[in-house]
This record gives sequence, C-alpha cells and structure tokens, in this order.
Amino acid sequence: MADYKMHMLVCGGTGCRASESKKIRQNLDASIQANGLEDSVQVVETGCFGFCEKGPVVKILPDNTFYVQVRPEDADQIVAEHIVKGRQVKHLLYEDPTKQEVIADSKDMGFYKKQVRIALRNCGFIDPENIDEYISRDGYAALATCLGDMTPEQVIDTMKESGLRGRGGGGFPTGLKWQFTRNSVSEQKYVVCNADEGDPGAFMDRSILEGDPHSVLEAMAICGYAIGADTGLIYIRAEYPLAIDRLKVAIKQAREIGLLGNDIMGTGFNFDVELRYGAGAFVCGEETALIHSMEGLRGEPTFKPPFPAVEGYLKKPTNVNNVETLANVPVIINKGAEWFASIGTDKSKGTKVFALAGKINNVGLIEVPMGTTLREVIFDIGGGIKDGKKFKAVQTGGPSGGCLTEEHLDTPIDFDNLLSVGSMMGSGGMIVMDEDDCMVSVAKFYLEFTLDESCGKCTPCRIGNKRLYEILDKITQGKGTKEDLDRLRMLGNVIKDTSLCGLGQTSPNPILSTLDNFYDEYLAHVEDGRCPAGQCKALLQYKIIDDKCTGCTLCFRQCPVAAISGERKSPHFIDQSLCIKCGVCYEKCKFDAIEIV
Amino acid sequence: MAKVKSLADLKKIKDEVQSKMKLRENSEQPEKMVQVKVAMATCGIASGAKETMNYMIEEFDHQSIEAVVTQTGCMGYCYAEPTIEVTLPGKEPVVFGHVDKKKAQEVIETYVKKGELIDGVIPVNYKTIDE
Ligand SMILES: Cc1cc2nc3c(=O)[nH]c(=O)nc-3n(C[C@H](O)[C@H](O)[C@H](O)COP(=O)(O)O)c2cc1C
Repeated sequence: MADYKMHMLVCGGTGCRASESKKIRQNLDASIQANGLEDSVQVVETGCFGFCEKGPVVKILPDNTFYVQVRPEDADQIVAEHIVKGRQVKHLLYEDPTKQEVIADSKDMGFYKKQVRIALRNCGFIDPENIDEYISRDGYAALATCLGDMTPEQVIDTMKESGLRGRGGGGFPTGLKWQFTRNSVSEQKYVVCNADEGDPGAFMDRSILEGDPHSVLEAMAICGYAIGADTGLIYIRAEYPLAIDRLKVAIKQAREIGLLGNDIMGTGFNFDVELRYGAGAFVCGEETALIHSMEGLRGEPTFKPPFPAVEGYLKKPTNVNNVETLANVPVIINKGAEWFASIGTDKSKGTKVFALAGKINNVGLIEVPMGTTLREVIFDIGGGIKDGKKFKAVQTGGPSGGCLTEEHLDTPIDFDNLLSVGSMMGSGGMIVMDEDDCMVSVAKFYLEFTLDESCGKCTPCRIGNKRLYEILDKITQGKGTKEDLDRLRMLGNVIKDTSLCGLGQTSPNPILSTLDNFYDEYLAHVEDGRCPAGQCKALLQYKIIDDKCTGCTLCFRQCPVAAISGERKSPHFIDQSLCIKCGVCYEKCKFDAIEIV
Repeated sequence: MAKVKSLADLKKIKDEVQSKMKLRENSEQPEKMVQVKVAMATCGIASGAKETMNYMIEEFDHQSIEAVVTQTGCMGYCYAEPTIEVTLPGKEPVVFGHVDKKKAQEVIETYVKKGELIDGVIPVNYKTIDE
C-alpha cells in the first residue's frame, strides 16, 4: 500500500459540492499525478466540515492547514506550493473577521475551539464511501459488542443510563422509547430512522448522512437488536440526493461484509435496512404522518396514543428515532453510558448539533456540549454578528420555536432551559438576527411556512394559522390595532391547545415568543404606524433632507417609478403616492441626503 | 469479500487501514506526540530539507514512534538550513540546525528517544504570535 505522507481532505458535502468541490478534487488528483506524488499524497473526499460560510474547504494533514473558498483552478497552486515546496498558499487561508488575522491551522480557529464532536465525529474526517475508514474509527465495534457481549436489556439499560434524549425535537429519552418498543409483543417490529429534516435552514441530519452514513446504519442495527426488530427503514426526503447515494453505497458495503443481512457476525441476528423516500413535506417529519407516508397513505398525522412503539408501521411496533440521535448510539456503547452522561447538563446529556444561519459571520454546522451558552455559540463559534451590527435576537427550534433576546444570551443551552425561556431546542436550527430584522416580519415568515406545510386535517391548525397570518399581515401593513395583539395571543393559545399534532401545537410559538420579548416593536407597528427596524415597507417613508441634497439628480435618474422630481442643483422631492419603497434612492445617494422615517 | 464474523475481524480491518489513517488520527492531537516542523522555504529545500523530512517520517514509522512531521515556512535561520523544530510532549520547542540525514538520526536517537540535548541547538530568538 502506498505510504502517504500527506492527506488532502476535500469537503464533499452538498454545500461545497454546489461550489464545485468535486472538480477541485479531480484537479487535485490530476495535479498530484502530474507531479508524480500519487504514492505519498492521498486526496480524500469527506463529509461536511461545518464551516460552510467559507466553502469549499480543503484541509491538508498532518499540518491541519485549512484552505477556504478554494476554486478548482487553485488546485495546481496548492500542490505546487504547499505539497511540493512546503509553502502555504496565503491567499486561500482563513482570515478571522473580528481580529483580522490569518489563521492557517484549523485548531486555532474560534469556530472549532469550543466544539465537541460526537455525532459529527467522522464528518470531514473519513471518506464516507469507504467502510474501512469507518471501521478504523471503531465503526461497527459497538454492534459487535452488543451482539457478542450484551443482552438486549443491557443495551437498553446503557442507553437509559447515558441520558440520551431524542434530537428530532421532542427530547424524549431514547432508552425509554427502546424499552417501550421492546415491551410490545409482536412477531414483526421496525426500526425507523427519521431523516425528513423539514425545518427551514436545517441541515444537521443531511450532513451526518452525507459524512458518516455507517454510524446511522450501525445504530439502527443496535436498536433492532435491542427492541427485537429485523428491518430498518430510513425515511429520507428525495431532495437529499447526495445523502441517498451515500446511504446506498454504505448499505451495499455493509451487506458485502456481512454487517447487514442475515446472521450478522455469526450470531444468528438478522437485520437489514431499506430506504423510503419522502416528498419533502414538513408534517411528514412528525412520526405518525411519517409512518402513514411510508405506508403509501396521505402524510397526515393521527392521534397518539397509540404511540408508534405500540402500533406503528403496518400496525406493528415501530421505534422512530432521529438521525442525530442514532449517530450518538455507537459512541455511547463504545465509550460507556457514564462517559456520555459526564458531558452536558443535569437533564440534557451529550452534545447538540446546530445549523448556524442568519446574520452571523460563521454560517455553518457546529456541535457543542449541552450547557454551552447562546453567547458562546453566537460570538465565539459563530464569530459574532455580520458587518459589525448589533445582535437583536436568536431563533431556535425552527417553526416550532421562539425568538430569544440579549437577556437570554447567557442561558446554557439544553432542552429544559430553552423551554423555560419560551423557545425550544427543536432539531437544531439557529438563526441569528441583527438590528435590521423586524420581529413581526420574522414571526410572519415562520407562520407563512407553517401555513404552507399544515396538512389541513384539523381545523385549529388549518384555519387558525390562516387567521393568525392575516392579523400579522395586517400589522405589517400598518393597519393593525392594539386589540389585534391580544387576539394573536388568545388565538395562538387556542391553536396550541387544540391542534392534533405537534405542528399546530407549536406553530404559534414564534408569534407568542416575539410578543413576549418584543412587545414594544409590535406596539410601534400598531400605535405609531412605525417599523423600528425599517423592514415593513408599508410603514416606511423615504424623505429627502433638503439641507443635504445637492441636486445631483442621481436618485431622480435611478428611481424605477419616476417618483422623484426636482431641478438640477436644487433639492429633490419624493412623491409618496408614487413611491414603491424599493430603497434604490437611499442606497445610491452619495450625500446621505435620504432618510427613512 | 470475506464476511466479518467478530470483533477480532473488525480489528483486523482496522489494523490494515491503520497505516493509512494514522496520519489523520495523529494530526487530531499533535500535542500528545512528538511534533517535528521542517523549515521548507526555498533555502531549506535547496539545502535538502525535503530529504530530511522524508527520512524522519520513515524513521519514526520504522521505529513506531508516534510523531507528526509537518512542513513550515522559513524560520529565519537561513545560515543553518535545513532547520527543524522538535517539540516533545509537554516540552518547549527546540530548534536544530544543519539537519541532514545523519543529524536527523542523532536527533531521533538522542533527543527524541532519550530527551538529551545534542550539539546544534539554535537558541530560539522569536516568539510566535500565539504565545
Ligand atoms: C411538525 C413536526 C415535524 C417534525 N419533523 C421532524 C423531522 O424532520 N425530523 C425528526 O427527526 N423529527 C421530527 N419531528 C419529531 C418526530 O415526530 C419524532 O418525535 C422524532 O423523529 C423522534 O425521534 P427522536 O426521539 O430520536 O428525536 C417532527 C415533529 C413534528 C410535530
């Protein structure tokens, strides 16, 4: 075998692939060959590094040099300079936006310093299409241990002791769920992996499946052994083609060497995994709707109980777990429940993966121990707010969650803390907002999403959310009243209390939490007809400040609707009845002579 | 392909890919092993730094010493090229000058394995920014 002295890891996640990382890999390979280095340098396509903000990423080992925003045409230079001559390619190194210094070694980047990677342990480290690399990281050793040395009860006890809670949103204790499914008596049971991932902006589960598919397969087999199931089903949205491909490759490889299929490792245990595709409906992430969708029925939820653990897929006991939940399982078996329980807070153990997005410097995928504060995530790992703006709010929990403010920044993140401050963990979306974001519009955005995604089966969700949306829309149009705010709160609470499934039971949360935390902003809309963040167009007026206007005619010429009039060298004037509030004049004016009021 | 029948079989696969993965595993935690940085700017390369680097990688491998050998830019000791900086776990970095193959062997045998200093140590005349 070739004796590689250097490894070049190229990110092959969906984000980096969209920026031609596949071509980068090909070019690196070609360049390595052209230099006759194929025996000493290995190019590996890995899963997501998490640092999506600056993708595509190429990492060189052993020196941990981290190249960002690499283009295919940079490949030759990287090989010629870094590999052949040993000089870093300066212009591709990462520059810390707050300190404005170049950081070459990924170990020194704030983004990685506070992270603890359990679920993402192999992402950006191994080649996801090579089962040997997974095995070299103790892959399938947990399954071997379970089958060889542990009874199903012992496996379940280990899961219980670890304190692992579901990462799909509910936070239900995983060991307990396994116990319930085990207790259900049936010839046939199923293990289902929920890879629907419907939260807008979330890509935690996709990245795990793309970067480390075997960890999920191994965990499903372990779960099958624990609950007494021989069939695993992964429900994955068809919009995740790369994850689907990698899963297919992984399933094939695992079958080939007998880690899936009949008589696994000679123990008489049978387990195999199949894929089921979803069409990308948010409600199909809800477990009962998911099961119906897999059965070929409409993706609509049904009342619980019966819980899937009792009556699930094809009416058989079914254990549904989220991708990230499962990715933790093999590590817990290998390192022990005690080790896992030593990480995190009192009631939330281990780590959580978050998809950081919004007005933040380091958009990307991160994994931190439970108990890390929002401030650490946003400012230390996320690198703070973009363009030096002021932090305003952070939204966690997606369409079911809430918006938290400055005063919550030092809250240690865990399931219970987030609930107690009026938001929730959810599946791990985290969207950061700055002073330019209008909280009424943010609430409206989420409601628009739930409105689209509501299956329409129950009245409170179907009609109630529509009414909520209409009220919000009215407020952003400047036609709201103070009574509307009370109505929002009352209706929101009714929808929460009376909806059939988790979608409606949580959909008013973005409104209720913004009403709680940003009431003044709502008041400004309904009482003063003013949008403090300057986002609600209907409430804005662009005005020309006569003293500052030089009469250069630039705005006059740029205005798309000819709403600006005036003579050269004398102050211009905006006709409010014609203005469409596009903001072009405001952006173009060189003299700051246009104000938003 | 042979079926995996036990934990031992998994271990066998693990051992087989070990040599390929070791470099990746080690670079995760360089502070726990011997770290060698070879100055590989133009002057270093011209005086044989590349050969020194290859020799050290092979020798560490050969002797099963857990080490990470990386290249770095000019360290500023052009008069003493090739230069290498060696950091033993928990110790301060030490810079050696004029490290050809023979010297490299001496560094490994005497400094890395026994912790005894040898001739050719260059007094460190700089601090890196992260100190
Ligand atoms: C509207 C709605 C959408 C959901 N979407 C997802 C999803 O995309 N992925 C997921 O794992 N769980 C989702 N859930 C939670 C699942 O119903 C279920 O609780 C979860 O898959 C259980 O796995 P866990 O215990 O490992 O978290 C959703 C729930 C609701 C109410």
